[in-house]
Amino acid sequence: MMLSAPLVLVLLPLIPAIISFALPERLAAWRNAANLVAATVKVGIVADLLRQVRGGVDLEWRYTFLPGHDFLLRVDTLALLFVSLSVFLWLVTTVYAIGYFGRGPNLARFFGFFNLCVLSATGVALSGTVVTFFLFYELLTLATWPLVVHNGDEKSLRAGRIYLAYTLAGSAAFLVGILWLKALVGSIEFTAPPDLSAVPPLTLTLIFVLCVGGLGVKAALFPLHGWLPTAMAAPAPVSALLHAVAVVKAGAFGIVRMIYDVYGIGTVAELGLGPPLAALAAFTILYGSLRAVMQDEIKTRLAYSTVSQVSYILLGASLIGPFAVIGGLVHLVHQGIMKITLFMCAGALANRLGIKAVTDLDGAGRLMPVTMAAFSIGALGMIGVPPVAGFISKWYLGIGGLQSDAAWVVAVLAGSSLLNAAYFLPMLYRAWLLPPPERAGFRELGTTRDRMLVLPAVVTAAAALAAGVFASSSFSPLTWAKLIAERGYLQ
Amino acid sequence: MTVPAVLGHLFPLTGAVLVGLGLCGFITLRHPLRQLLAVNVIGAGIFLILGGLGRGEGVTDPYPQALVITGIVVSVALTALGTAMIARLSEDRRAAGSGPDQPKDQDP
Amino acid sequence: MSPLDLLVAAPLAFMVAALVAGQGGRWLILAAGPVMLALSAWLVVLPPGVAHLVGDWDLPLGILLRADGVARLLVPATSACFVAVALYAWHEFSPKAGAETARAHTFWPMLYLMWGGSNAGYLTTDLFNLYVTIEMVSLAAVAMAAMGSLAAGLQYFLIALVGSLAYLLGVALLASHYDTVDATLLAVRARPDLPTLMAITVMTAGLLVKTALFPLHGWLPPAHAAAPAPASALLSAVVIKLGFVILLRLWFEAFAEIIRPAAMDLLGGMGALAILYGSVQAIRQERLKLLVAYSTVAQLGYLFLAFPLIANAQNPAEPWAAVLVHAVSHMLAKAAMFLAAGLMLKAVAGDRISDLAGLARAMPLSVTAFALAAISLAGLPPSGGFTAKFLLLHAAIEQGRVVPAAVLVIGGLLGAVYLFRPLSVAFSGSAAPAVRAEAPLRVAAPLALASLAIALGFAGMTLIELSSVAAPPAVAGPVQAEPGR
Repeated sequence: MMLSAPLVLVLLPLIPAIISFALPERLAAWRNAANLVAATVKVGIVADLLRQVRGGVDLEWRYTFLPGHDFLLRVDTLALLFVSLSVFLWLVTTVYAIGYFGRGPNLARFFGFFNLCVLSATGVALSGTVVTFFLFYELLTLATWPLVVHNGDEKSLRAGRIYLAYTLAGSAAFLVGILWLKALVGSIEFTAPPDLSAVPPLTLTLIFVLCVGGLGVKAALFPLHGWLPTAMAAPAPVSALLHAVAVVKAGAFGIVRMIYDVYGIGTVAELGLGPPLAALAAFTILYGSLRAVMQDEIKTRLAYSTVSQVSYILLGASLIGPFAVIGGLVHLVHQGIMKITLFMCAGALANRLGIKAVTDLDGAGRLMPVTMAAFSIGALGMIGVPPVAGFISKWYLGIGGLQSDAAWVVAVLAGSSLLNAAYFLPMLYRAWLLPPPERAGFRELGTTRDRMLVLPAVVTAAAALAAGVFASSSFSPLTWAKLIAERGYLQ
Repeated sequence: MTVPAVLGHLFPLTGAVLVGLGLCGFITLRHPLRQLLAVNVIGAGIFLILGGLGRGEGVTDPYPQALVITGIVVSVALTALGTAMIARLSEDRRAAGSGPDQPKDQDP
Repeated sequence: MSPLDLLVAAPLAFMVAALVAGQGGRWLILAAGPVMLALSAWLVVLPPGVAHLVGDWDLPLGILLRADGVARLLVPATSACFVAVALYAWHEFSPKAGAETARAHTFWPMLYLMWGGSNAGYLTTDLFNLYVTIEMVSLAAVAMAAMGSLAAGLQYFLIALVGSLAYLLGVALLASHYDTVDATLLAVRARPDLPTLMAITVMTAGLLVKTALFPLHGWLPPAHAAAPAPASALLSAVVIKLGFVILLRLWFEAFAEIIRPAAMDLLGGMGALAILYGSVQAIRQERLKLLVAYSTVAQLGYLFLAFPLIANAQNPAEPWAAVLVHAVSHMLAKAAMFLAAGLMLKAVAGDRISDLAGLARAMPLSVTAFALAAISLAGLPPSGGFTAKFLLLHAAIEQGRVVPAAVLVIGGLLGAVYLFRPLSVAFSGSAAPAVRAEAPLRVAAPLALASLAIALGFAGMTLIELSSVAAPPAVAGPVQAEPGR
């Protein structure tokens, strides 16, 4: 039982998935219960694993699925960083989704595929070989497509088409890259980086471009980010999930794995691949923020903000210095918590007040004070205002840039923060300081459903605040990121 | 019983000519019934090649002949099916009132 | 009696029984299904190297039946297809008034004839016997194709006939030249002289016509699209595989020593063009069944794209396994897709892709079956189709062959384009159309087949082991089993 813990962790969402697909609509309450129970159990398992891995235990489950290609699930520190983020946010998003949808069409399908997404994201996190990673990465695409087209209108179908076109082309490039590398150096496990010294540098560079290009699609790296803003046609819980943890993070996580566990810092530095990637990431940061300023629709603005924020992770990873790595890794968690807060609030505003555009936000803070408070914490965090979590990421990234003799990073961070302020502060200003339109008898937390819609964002906002305030405590994301850096990358 | 050497090649050569003629007919003819007949000519040619090549000096190899007999049985069965289908098709077309039973789009 | 005999004899006995039973022919599947599935399972677990001479006549006169890797993979898959199709066809070909009765009369005997013919084709090594089996299968296939459109069926019939005769001509040449037409004996005796090369050429050309490899595919889409759903499923899944299996026997067993690499490349090139052409055509179709039929044209290309990859591989066992896994998973997925398409089109009483709007909600199980089949056909993980294409891509990259690798990648993407289009339409529309509820037994058939195609993705090692049983020397190689690192 101990040995198969990774497998149990990955396969657990299959149970609620099957229950969700099978139960008829009139038993929706049972379906919701199954989803919540499974999500809670998963949090429990991960908590236990965190304790074990901290103590230095490594768990794995291996199965040879094709000659020379092992299917390997492995619990290590980096995997757990991603897994704990996913399981926490999934529990929260499940509650939110139940509140958001209430009773509507196609919910069995929604929750079924929702769970398959959890399964894939957990699999992505725990993958121990490149091929295993690819399998789950591709499964993630398939499981998210029905969620993107959930509404079934022309806009969502178009978003679904664009999403598939980008992601499938990306994973094809990634697949070619990993098979090419496999043909040259044999099978690739993350714990045992292959010996690349015999491979010509040009080939290595090409493979790196293929892999990072393929993964960069999901990570929304410029110019591969086009699918993300259109995917906003999906319902709010889906956007929240796609942006905060599932899809974009899978791409960013994959790039981190490529740099540190496949190529290794030494090879990447030797080939001179770090600076170009860092430059591209920096450009994406600024470009995403600039585009965000120009958007009027809240969700699209947040989407471009994601384009920008995810590249912080890549910036940290490609700078290859201890502080930069820590900054990048911790931002993986911080961005997830903050962005999901923002999306859940945006969804609540649209759901309860019909607010979709920035210009409609006038006085929203008086009508939905709890929601807007959570939103404000997320927004301030994104800007990098202490003591919210975003500040920690930016601080470490900035120091990392200085350590790697890349002082321009500080300028990029400052510029991006200014732009973040430029698109978030007007929203806060409108919501809190302008008068609301007349709304008789509106109550933010009137029913249980309302509370399920609003309170998850409060929880994540509190988490974002806590991750910043208690950053030096022993269970904070920062401490964990430092542990990863110590164990893996900074010998 | 000896057959002159030229005659030894007579059957295969005739067979080859038949195959060529049949193939030519299959490609140029339009009506399915004619095409079916052309295919039968090809078949006859092949059986001649098969049987003729089996003729040795003095003894005749029974093996190719067994093959030919089987082949002929198969060919008869398929020809029957083909003619039945062609007959049915022209009936259908006549019933549909599309005038002459000359099929219009039978380009192979 | 050996299971090898029974696999051929039993369906033929059921055919006779179906002819006699007439209207009641459909009941026979209740006996035939379990019997044939059990025999197939028996075949899979037979010890390696089992072979059997029919009637104890020695080669070259006798006929050798052999349980090699090809048979061990294709016979069970074929049986699964036939059983599922029969369950689906239960209602469609039941006794009704008028012309429908005639169809019910012909369908069931033809099903068993095709079944017996296919099994004989997978098991035998005798090239003339193979001629008889392809004619058996063609006969049944033509009869089934004619149920949809007589004109398309007739066209198919004539072309198939010429193809078989070309094959027969080659057999005749070989018989007179070598005094045997057994593939195992030819492998030893074959010399690269003119009659042999001529024989190989005409046989290959004939078989390519029957397998509908681009540019000889013209007859396939109209015939497969017009037939009733169960018939389309069998035509696309089973019938064309037989010509391919015979080509495998010719190119990698009987004449493996004398076929030149350039010829392999030619076949591979035709396969590549088939993938691209078939996919593009499939994307352009407005009618669902034509889309699925063109997808068959494309998917067949993969089978031939693999030829040069097998011939040039350091370890040919992997691409060899890949091509067989592809044949099997295409068989299962394509049958599932035609059956699911049949259910959906019948429910909406249309034949266009746009008619599917909103079906994901109204017919979730049919759409699920279609989607699972699409995943396997597009080569997305986890599925048999993915395993096959993964191994092929791996082989192509290992050999440094850029063109096949590029075609594999582009073909996969194009596949996703045409397969997700109907799915996308099915997911559209918030209001579900009013259709009759899905009959659970009928939808079980495509669902089971599609799930099998997906399940194959988890059994990669087993499939590779099975495919290497009694593999011809040209492809037998130690399966590389390095356990990671």
